Amino acid sequence: MIYVTRRAEFSASHYYHNPSFSPEENRRVFGKCNNPLGHGHNYIVDATVSGAINPTTGMVLDLKELKVLMEQEVIQLMDHKFLNKEVPAFAEKNPTTENIAVEIWNLLAPKLTHGQLHRIRVYENPDLFADYYGD
Amino acid sequence: MVYLTRRYRFSAGHRLHNDALTPEENRRVYGKCNNPNGHGHNYLLEVTVSGSIDPATGMIFDLVALDGIVNGRVLDKLDHKNLNLDMENFRDLVPTTENLCLEIYRLLHEPLEQAGAARGLRLSRVRLEETSLNSFEYVPETEDGRKRNS
Repeated sequence: MIYVTRRAEFSASHYYHNPSFSPEENRRVFGKCNNPLGHGHNYIVDATVSGAINPTTGMVLDLKELKVLMEQEVIQLMDHKFLNKEVPAFAEKNPTTENIAVEIWNLLAPKLTHGQLHRIRVYENPDLFADYYGD
Repeated sequence: MVYLTRRYRFSAGHRLHNDALTPEENRRVYGKCNNPNGHGHNYLLEVTVSGSIDPATGMIFDLVALDGIVNGRVLDKLDHKNLNLDMENFRDLVPTTENLCLEIYRLLHEPLEQAGAARGLRLSRVRLEETSLNSFEYVPETEDGRKRNS
């Protein structure tokens, strides 16, 4: 099986908060990430598509199409945004790295025209990333 | 089962073009990569082998032997070469990085698995970064169930 990965970057701010927790619980569970004014990261998204090589083109898919799809569906939605306030999926759900990976999967999977979406990897920083395989 | 990955770098030129397509189709499918004069990349290659740990050495395979095989079978053939013109297998096959992953797997798996037969060595993955934004990997079907470990 061949796996093809395209990387994209976006910068966004967020904070973590659960309204059903007390202020103390929120601070205890989410630590520094509970600052209601938000804080930011430079996120990296790796979208991996699996599939067979088209014998005519030698390619699994046109990486430019994947680049444009990521730009249209993900980067335009999230880049330079306050995720809690500006991305509808995170109006009532914490924009954790895990939830961002799931959301990006849900945005890209139905729009792919070639191959199967295999994995979404989201780096919040170089030392922390989340993987989602769609299940 | 333990996995060991070693990174290598090589630089090569290529052109993506299929004679079976019209000039317009080639330009549409391959875009800038269809430039008749070719272009090049600094490729980053990751070779992942797997096997059992030799209790005497604590290793699954000798890294010097791994380097020797990768250098002899792959890097000497590809580094500072024109993939279309210098590589026999790319005379009739478009040297996309997908196809290059498969070609490197073909070049490496027998010599590596023979050299590491005592520890049940397998070539589990060949991964290539063409640029910092585009990467490709080949995982043989027999290894695919373990993909998430990579």
